[in-house]
Amino acid sequence: MNAVLHPRPCRVDAIDRQIIMAVQAGLPLVEQPWDAVAEQLGLDPDEVLERVAAMQAHGIIRRIGAVPNHYALGYRANGMSVWNVPDAMVAELGKRVGELEFVSHCYERPRHLPLWPYNLFAMVHGHNRDEVEAGVKEIASMLHGACRGHEVLYSTRILKKTGLRLQG
Amino acid sequence: MDNIDRVLVNELQDGLPVCRRPFDAISTRLGISVTEVTDRIGKLLDDRVLSRFGPMFNAERLGGALTLCAMQVPEADFERVTEQVNAFPEVAHNYAREHDLNMWFVLATERPERIAGVIAEIETSTGCRVYDMPKRDEFYIGLKLPV
Repeated sequence: MNAVLHPRPCRVDAIDRQIIMAVQAGLPLVEQPWDAVAEQLGLDPDEVLERVAAMQAHGIIRRIGAVPNHYALGYRANGMSVWNVPDAMVAELGKRVGELEFVSHCYERPRHLPLWPYNLFAMVHGHNRDEVEAGVKEIASMLHGACRGHEVLYSTRILKKTGLRLQG
Repeated sequence: MDNIDRVLVNELQDGLPVCRRPFDAISTRLGISVTEVTDRIGKLLDDRVLSRFGPMFNAERLGGALTLCAMQVPEADFERVTEQVNAFPEVAHNYAREHDLNMWFVLATERPERIAGVIAEIETSTGCRVYDMPKRDEFYIGLKLPV
């Protein structure tokens, strides 16, 4: 309990880092984007692809795709629901909450007493607050007697969204 | 956004294959040219329907670290503090939320020991206390928004 989980780091070499830095702001929007990256870096396209495939196999790259702006997609309500549940039950309860389809992220995090008594975080998405509230109610009934308090924090603005950036 | 854009956004959330022509399969499924696929992705980015397109890196697998931080920022200082916090390249995203803790941001660093340093620098530059809430356990991640 309370140990921070650190997945085993994988080795990336200097060439992997060059590739990461070339695409971390975005993949070139051309027919053969990895060829464009290879040309920019003076590498062989097959080598770039092999390295990218290896990084994906090792989980360094989660996936190659898009991050939607959920506001623009009509998911205007995004409630970070936070719950105070007994530490001994958080793993079991977190797993069940995380399985709900409207929950996008579900984590155990430390409390900061007395200001912050919550140890279970579940992000609930909906087209409007009513949808989010319905989801929160469902979580509340699932947690039932185990929950000693909860709040929902609505986001009002995205202030920054860039993702991970390596620095040169 | 038309119907083709909607299908495209859903497909792009699933991810592209790692290959020399990663847009070909999507182009065939949508019945549009690869150039139209890339043009549409560019437009969705320009219109901020998509906030990013490309590989999603896992900071922890790169040997780095992630944490969620919260601050209680006085309303009058909110814009100034936003600028100061966002100026740190380690701040991956930042949200305003309705709560006494009204600013929530994620730090991503290449080296785990850098987290404490960034937090101290943010506290010094903003004058606000940072509440560090690193994850202890992860039960599910899979943001998918059907449109």
